[in-house]
Amino acid sequence: MGAPAQPITGTSVASRDAFGEAIVRLGETHEELVVLDADLSESTRSKKFSQKYPERFFQMGIAESNMVSVAAGLALSGHVPFCCSFGAFLTGRFDQIRMSVCYSAASVRLVGSHCGVGIGEDGYSQMGLEDIALMRTLPTMAVIQPADDLETAGAVEYLLGHKGPAYLRTTRQKLDRVNNPDGYKFQFGKGVTVVDGTDLTIVASGGTVGPAVNAAKQLAGEGVKARVINIHTIKPIDVDLLVKAARETKRILTVEDHQTTGGLGGAVCEALADKEPVRIYRHGLHDVFGESGTPKGLYEHFKLDAAGIASVAKEFLAK
Amino acid sequence: MLDNATLETLRRRSYDLRIDNLTAITAGESGHPGGTLSAMDIMQTLFFVEMSHRPKEPHWPDRDRFVLSKGHAVPALYTVLAHAGYFSRDLLPTLRHLGSPLQGHPANFLLPSMEASTGSLGQGFSIAIGMALGVRLDGRKSRVYAMIGDGESEEGQIWEAAMSAPKYKLDNLCVILDHNKGQIDGYVKDVMDIEPIADKWRAFNWNVLTIDGHDYQQIADAFAKARDTKGKPTFIIAETVKGKGVSFMENKIGWHGVAPTKEQLAQAVAELQKAQAALSSKGAA
Repeated sequence: MGAPAQPITGTSVASRDAFGEAIVRLGETHEELVVLDADLSESTRSKKFSQKYPERFFQMGIAESNMVSVAAGLALSGHVPFCCSFGAFLTGRFDQIRMSVCYSAASVRLVGSHCGVGIGEDGYSQMGLEDIALMRTLPTMAVIQPADDLETAGAVEYLLGHKGPAYLRTTRQKLDRVNNPDGYKFQFGKGVTVVDGTDLTIVASGGTVGPAVNAAKQLAGEGVKARVINIHTIKPIDVDLLVKAARETKRILTVEDHQTTGGLGGAVCEALADKEPVRIYRHGLHDVFGESGTPKGLYEHFKLDAAGIASVAKEFLAK
Repeated sequence: MLDNATLETLRRRSYDLRIDNLTAITAGESGHPGGTLSAMDIMQTLFFVEMSHRPKEPHWPDRDRFVLSKGHAVPALYTVLAHAGYFSRDLLPTLRHLGSPLQGHPANFLLPSMEASTGSLGQGFSIAIGMALGVRLDGRKSRVYAMIGDGESEEGQIWEAAMSAPKYKLDNLCVILDHNKGQIDGYVKDVMDIEPIADKWRAFNWNVLTIDGHDYQQIADAFAKARDTKGKPTFIIAETVKGKGVSFMENKIGWHGVAPTKEQLAQAVAELQKAQAALSSKGAA
């Protein structure tokens, strides 16, 4: 054990692209699927859907508050709306998400793209970095962050039938595939053990899963057996899998391209606090703004690349 | 045109509705009397004249929909719905009580006849736009109505919504402004003047009508005109009186968000009953 159970296969697709392809494909057979965007369809990848199904696409202009509430109205009249913008801008409409969507029991799928420092040059104002924290606080809201193209497609298909509101967090940058394509099935609310190990558990989500798998490889070479768990469903989180990992490896390192407050790290701490309290180190953005740079440079800077995660893991184990 | 019998029934019921509404607010020991009384006649016309709906089947897919964007006026809506047969009038005094489906502001998952949860201003109107798009997409003839307040018109989202409905040529959408000129902190003109309001909505490409929001004939006529207007949504500016029907509440800002005491309720009920009786004697004469 210690070696990746499913090594990275070489396929690399941005989750926004996988999302865009999925809605086009599913739109063919699912008449109830409608899409809204606020002048970012090129970036969120809802554009192909808009071209193929213009009558089911609503261009709402740069007016996200109205868009979110309109999406709620579409959901309340029996449609399945995917409401797209940058994660940062959707988060800005928290009140609309809170009341028009959640409190109105409207099954809206909010799709926040351009999440994390991984977007690169555009800088902090465009980066969704607090979105998971905010979305997680809302009653009934599900939060999903896929780690590769297979998970994204699976999550979108799952969300067609999910009852209640949901937030789907996608990336601009390409993500190395971490799942086995043979018979892949997305299981809502279930974490995935990508690499087995006994010395510590690295819990990652979305853009940090691939780097975490590579970090585990690097650590294995240095005699450290790291387990890697991929949490695509951050809410509801897979408590049983986390408790098992806590019992078996004693230490948990969470890794996220998001603020460490309230994000994946917060969710893992909350899940384990009263079940299996162990040493946890939350790695990510520690109460700081993102900045401009290349995606690669930023992942290095914030130690979210494989080498960075491996070094953080070793420091944590040494403490 | 409404016939005389219908008009008389509406007018007579308007007093019963106001009494039940104020009784519920008093029982709830909090609420918004002013804006319920200004909106009451419009809501009664919607549910008793204009809208196609089934009280025993609140989720009937082909129903017309009403979204109360100014959610604080919901006691008026609860009262109208109870009188229309959606639920028992006995439920009204549970308003704002723990465990009651009659929340202080609408909660649609607790009470099926509420189309949406509202109360944070500016959003219900947009939700109504989504519904108008949704029913049209399904090929339904359903119409969608939304009521906003004049204080609510200060919200930026109102103007985002105002821009978007004409873009989609939503002639199945009719928005009513309860233009009662008051809000919590004072008169609308002092807090944040929204005038010239008709010009604004015309400039946003809406079919704009201005009526007396307490004149049943005018209200019904406006809804008929909205139905006949093709290619654009209709905006009805209903000139109303905050606290309408109760002398000591009319146009008094202080009555925006406080419940009457039992003594004040008794006085209001006596006034309303007297006015209703006067109506009857006039009708008999």
